[in-house]
Amino acid sequence: MVDTATPMVAMRGVQKWFGELHVLQDIDFEVAAGEVVVVIGPSGSGKSTLCRTINRLETIDEGTIEVDGKKLPAEGKQLAELRADVGMVFQSFNLFAHKTVLENVTLGPIKVRGAKKSDAEKRAHELLERVGVEAQAAKLPAQLSGGQQQRVAIARALAMDPKVMLFDEPTSALDPEMIKEVLDTMIDLAKGGMTMIVVTHEMGFARTAADRVVFMSDGRIVEENTPEEFFTNPRSDRAKDFLGKILKH
Amino acid sequence: MDWLTDNYVNILRGFGETLRLLGASGALALVLGTLVALARVSPVPILRGVGTFYVTIFRNTPLLVLILIAYYGLPEIGIDFGFFINISLAMGTYTAAFVAEAIRSGFNGVPLGQAEAARAIGMPFMTSMSQVVLPQAFRLVVPPMASVYIALTKNTSLAATFGIAEATFRMRGLFNDYASQMIQIFVGISLGYILIVAVISWIATAFERRWAVA
Ligand SMILES: Nc1ncnc2c1ncn2[C@@H]1O[C@H](COP(=O)(O)OP(=O)(O)O)[C@@H](O)[C@H]1O
Ligand SMILES: [Mg+2]
Repeated sequence: MVDTATPMVAMRGVQKWFGELHVLQDIDFEVAAGEVVVVIGPSGSGKSTLCRTINRLETIDEGTIEVDGKKLPAEGKQLAELRADVGMVFQSFNLFAHKTVLENVTLGPIKVRGAKKSDAEKRAHELLERVGVEAQAAKLPAQLSGGQQQRVAIARALAMDPKVMLFDEPTSALDPEMIKEVLDTMIDLAKGGMTMIVVTHEMGFARTAADRVVFMSDGRIVEENTPEEFFTNPRSDRAKDFLGKILKH
Repeated sequence: MDWLTDNYVNILRGFGETLRLLGASGALALVLGTLVALARVSPVPILRGVGTFYVTIFRNTPLLVLILIAYYGLPEIGIDFGFFINISLAMGTYTAAFVAEAIRSGFNGVPLGQAEAARAIGMPFMTSMSQVVLPQAFRLVVPPMASVYIALTKNTSLAATFGIAEATFRMRGLFNDYASQMIQIFVGISLGYILIVAVISWIATAFERRWAVA
């Protein structure tokens, strides 16, 4: 399933600073089409920033980022087009609070892709069905549980037919009983061949769905390995230390 | 009740004048206040400075002082559009500072994640503003805006002192002619103001319903 010809995402020599803080250091990172990569690491190590540079919600200071062989454009129409191809799921869902669940899913296709309303709605109903929240289509986001909101957010991203999807701690804001429903949705996506970059500490997900785990610490990619190898046999001291801490809990 | 039956035409004219003041200064405040609010959130430092300066000056100067300046001062330097317009200028520029603050607080109340999510699905800046940010900002702006316009309604009564024949001016005239019915007159005119304020509140509630998110 993993196609190694042109990488779907390629970051080369990427550096980024927030003022004095060197938040991304010498990042060389490739994700093949169809690959599922889990990014793991201590809080503040730069995982969110890494994700956000891939659709240019954050700019970089040095290096290059390519998506499907195309360099990230600067601001403007081309950047908007690229962002439409890169789905993003946030920790805090960020559903459009004033739109119904259905409108959340149709807004992008209608306003960005120029889809007909009836076509967009038909597709949205299919996607909501697929993530299991079709019954909530007419409600506003605030009326849904966290787990339902996050599944709507996944449907909203899928509606743009993205080439790659970024997930930034998609289950961290959820109550424990809702984590599984979101992870199951993501596992289905992974099985369906979606290219995914997932920041998460859910080891179960990493073991079930990921092809590769990338460990970040202090703005650097310190270690990369298969999930099995990484969790049972971490090489770097920082990874050992980090796993020691999260495994105890 | 002869104060009412004999004078209702004049009383209605008085409230008509109150509404004219409210309309003229309210419209000026809306346009100017929106521009000042945009200046305050703009990426241009000079514009932000001008916006902050405006709000600081006009929000902290007593309205009566501004009216005195507009009434006596501006004609001295050749700015004389007549009492009505000069007083409306004072009330409009004063209220604009409060409108600007109401709008700015509305913008700041829309979580950053809303605009980010819009950009992340590929919406250009203007689309994300019109589809996602502005509709939510409007809803947050409605309650403080209603307060601003209710305050302005009451502030228009200051114009009575300057010979504008609005509702409070008419009330004082009636006090002279019907001294024994003062309480009735007072209650009657107050009810007129309350009616105007009730209409503003009703409009605000209608807007809030329309833009509800939960
Ligand atoms: N917009 C910002 N401005 C300044 N510093 C930031 C900003 N965003 C994140 N940081 C800092 O960058 C570092 C990495 O943050 P982040 O990428 O969110 O880490 P992670 O997701 O791994 O917890 C942290 O020290 C954080 O405080
Ligand atoms: Mg993070």
